[in-house]
Amino acid sequence: MTEPLLCAESLRKHFPVTKGILFAKTVGHVKAVDDIDFSIATGETLGLVGESGCGKTTTSRLILRLEQPTSGQIRLQGKSIHGMQGKALRDYRRLVQAVFQDPWSSLNSRMPVGKIIAESLVVTQWGSRRDISQRVAEVMVEVGLRPADAQHYPHEFSGGQRQRIALASALASNPKLIVLDEPVSALDVSIRAQILNLLKDIQQRDNVAYLLIAHNLATVRHMAHQTAVMYLGQIVDYAPTEELFCNVLHPYTKALLAAVLPDHPDLRNDEIVLTGEVPSPLNPPSGCRFHTRCPFVMPKCAQDEPPLREATSGHRVACHLYS
Amino acid sequence: MSGDIVLEVRDLHTHFFLRRGVVKVVDGVSFSLARGEVLGLVGESGCGKSVTALSLLRLLPQPAARTVQGKVLLDGENILTKSDREMRQIRGSKIAMILQDPQTSLNPVFTIGDQLRESIAKLYPGQHDTVMPRVIEALRKVKLAAPEQRIDQYPHQMSGGMKQRVVGAIAISREPRVLIADEPTTALDVTIQLQYLKLLKELQQNSDMAILFITHDFGIVAKMCDRVAVMYAGRIVESGPVRQVFDNPRHPYTQALIGSVPKMRRQVGRLQTIEGQPPAFSDLPHGCRFAPRCPLADDRCQTTYPSSFAVGAEHTADCWKVGAAV
Amino acid sequence: MKNLPWASLVIIVTMLFMAVFAPFIAPHSPIDQTLADKLLPPFWEEGGSAKYLLGTDVFGRDVLSRLFYGARVSMIVSALALTVGGGVGLVIGIVSGYVGGRVDNLLMRIVDAALAFPAILFALLLAVTMGQGLRTIVIAISLLLWARFARVVRGEVLALKQRDFIALARVHGCSPVRIMVTHILPNVMNTFMVLLTLYVGVVIVAEASLSFLGAGVPPPTPSWGLMVAEGRGKIASAWWISLIPGVAITLVVLAFNLFGDWLRDRLDPKLRQL
Repeated sequence: MTEPLLCAESLRKHFPVTKGILFAKTVGHVKAVDDIDFSIATGETLGLVGESGCGKTTTSRLILRLEQPTSGQIRLQGKSIHGMQGKALRDYRRLVQAVFQDPWSSLNSRMPVGKIIAESLVVTQWGSRRDISQRVAEVMVEVGLRPADAQHYPHEFSGGQRQRIALASALASNPKLIVLDEPVSALDVSIRAQILNLLKDIQQRDNVAYLLIAHNLATVRHMAHQTAVMYLGQIVDYAPTEELFCNVLHPYTKALLAAVLPDHPDLRNDEIVLTGEVPSPLNPPSGCRFHTRCPFVMPKCAQDEPPLREATSGHRVACHLYS
Repeated sequence: MSGDIVLEVRDLHTHFFLRRGVVKVVDGVSFSLARGEVLGLVGESGCGKSVTALSLLRLLPQPAARTVQGKVLLDGENILTKSDREMRQIRGSKIAMILQDPQTSLNPVFTIGDQLRESIAKLYPGQHDTVMPRVIEALRKVKLAAPEQRIDQYPHQMSGGMKQRVVGAIAISREPRVLIADEPTTALDVTIQLQYLKLLKELQQNSDMAILFITHDFGIVAKMCDRVAVMYAGRIVESGPVRQVFDNPRHPYTQALIGSVPKMRRQVGRLQTIEGQPPAFSDLPHGCRFAPRCPLADDRCQTTYPSSFAVGAEHTADCWKVGAAV
Repeated sequence: MKNLPWASLVIIVTMLFMAVFAPFIAPHSPIDQTLADKLLPPFWEEGGSAKYLLGTDVFGRDVLSRLFYGARVSMIVSALALTVGGGVGLVIGIVSGYVGGRVDNLLMRIVDAALAFPAILFALLLAVTMGQGLRTIVIAISLLLWARFARVVRGEVLALKQRDFIALARVHGCSPVRIMVTHILPNVMNTFMVLLTLYVGVVIVAEASLSFLGAGVPPPTPSWGLMVAEGRGKIASAWWISLIPGVAITLVVLAFNLFGDWLRDRLDPKLRQL
């Protein structure tokens, strides 16, 4: 098996919670990401699924070096990304880019679109001004925009077009990995399809890998090769997408799938309705973090934390039902 | 479902009067809602569905917006002609509304108990002692855990799902005939959304309340609704019983909309897309408003707005192509 | 165009015109004393003449000419004080807001201290130690302004920091300085412009007050505040000496305030109507 493009090992990010204004004292930690391992293969999509507070956004920020991990490693093409400086850091910035959820917040309304797209090239001194303009035009065409629109400002474009601009600005430096954080949730239904098709086309054409964060399971199933389900900072289910959705193992995954809205009125399946709220990441439950809401809970679950272990070939689950 | 029509909207027109001109956001919308029924009003952003809801409650932003034509019959009475004072009596008690953002639906400086009390006290004037127990009962009805403690809490101390439950409790506290739900679950997590939709369904079944469910999500329609109306650029283009519309969507927009959503059941390589964008309200096409984006459009479609054609029992679509086939 | 605040603009443009072209349009010298013509009333009063349209003061100096030259002083002091004070406040606000952490804490404590300072007293102190003059008064007023600007700008920056394009700028590889200059600065300019126009009024009044107290521009250079001070003893008999510059101050400050309000309404998208 070839070397993965990106892999995370024992990744942890704990945010200290402080009290007091002048002399702040740490009273606890929010364990946003708590010991996760995953890898992304070149040209493939890893879907990261979970609800609020599960840690998927923090994970994406760690990969983008917007946060430093409390412990653990992230490696890109075998090299650790932490402590990178100078040229290595510049190269990293070229190789790993992002598209965020909100098309209205992702673009600087005071910059013409061409400059926004060119930014990663300008900052990493990618080439001459002419080379950069050419690349900008190239990438605009790739995402379905007209190069002449480069002089216009973001507010002159629709939501779907703005996401295309955001995508162009991510693609400009020819990255190997793009972090897509809910790339279509803020768009209208008919526009979502356009963007999802575009993302797939680009992946096929340019062999770009994606880390796709989404709460909509159907979208993840449509786009991702591998899927990881997160709950309260941990990965509880991790398998190739088809395997995850067809051979449903973890009770939380079952509940997520049951909560997916039906495609047709006759498919109003009978649901597993989880009781209670998602516990706070400040004070996660003991043992298996899901045990407080799990319909299949056993006495063991409150005491021992189940490790993420392979249950069937290629399918890893963190659940006592399968160990 | 019973046959009593509790809400009937006839040819509703709501216009926005802006500096740059008149914008006809709701341009001839008609539908009816029977007792105990859930009607889904589906459309993308900007199609006019939220403005339709505000028009029913006469909560349009003034002076910019005004309902210029049409009738809204609540139990037979036209509420568009009522005075402000009469409308205030109707809002909350006969028609209630819940909105998308639980954050802004609740007043951050009052406790949950205070906000509910305000509403419930109106139902039982003079009976001060019974109000708080009724408040707790209302919270229990929406399955809010530990209601006795919650009444002293402030909105910021609760999660999104809990807040929406409180909003729901306030909305149904006076047992309205009609509940208008405008995308109430968009901001909620998937499993919380499920809990909430189940709750709404239960509440509705227990009280025979009619729900007008406004959403862009066909999944919600499939799960919750008995009938569905699809809206595009200010008008309803297709409506009918939910199974019929799903099995046999006849308007090209409905077809494309349903086809563009990734499905769990069936995997496709490429999703169906609709070229272009919805028209700007200031620049509406003369004929069918979907014609510029419709793969089937011909000359007649571009010049004349289609009539309504019956496709099945109570299932209509406003499309010339449907008319030709029928 | 139809919604421009015409009245305010007319007043502002008139004042600027007076200030810029004073040497050409003033009928007399503002400082030459003609004691024979002292205390003459404005032309519409009995005893007034067309030679001195708005009358003369206790030294026989033409009030109208002094009004023109006084406009110069107000304009120059405002421009300089706003540039220095506003500029410093802008930079500190951006750095404090974006960098955050201890730097922010430290800078904001300094801002708090500066705001707590009795400004007029401090200006008087400066005048005594550094001597009266343009430099002194510009420094004094700048000190009054910078902290206020810094606080407001910092607030804007804190909100801006939450926007996704800032995070994306980091992902693109931008350094903090680049982000502050190319992303933050252009987005706070609107607020900064509005602040500038709203504070012109404050600066003019501050200059007038300081001159009135004797800590501003030294005589014989006419300043509207100084003119009000000089006419103080004669309000009953020669009201025009104080009242006319007083009215000028009021009108100009009002005009700038209204203009600033209009600008804020135009530029602030949150306030825009549907």
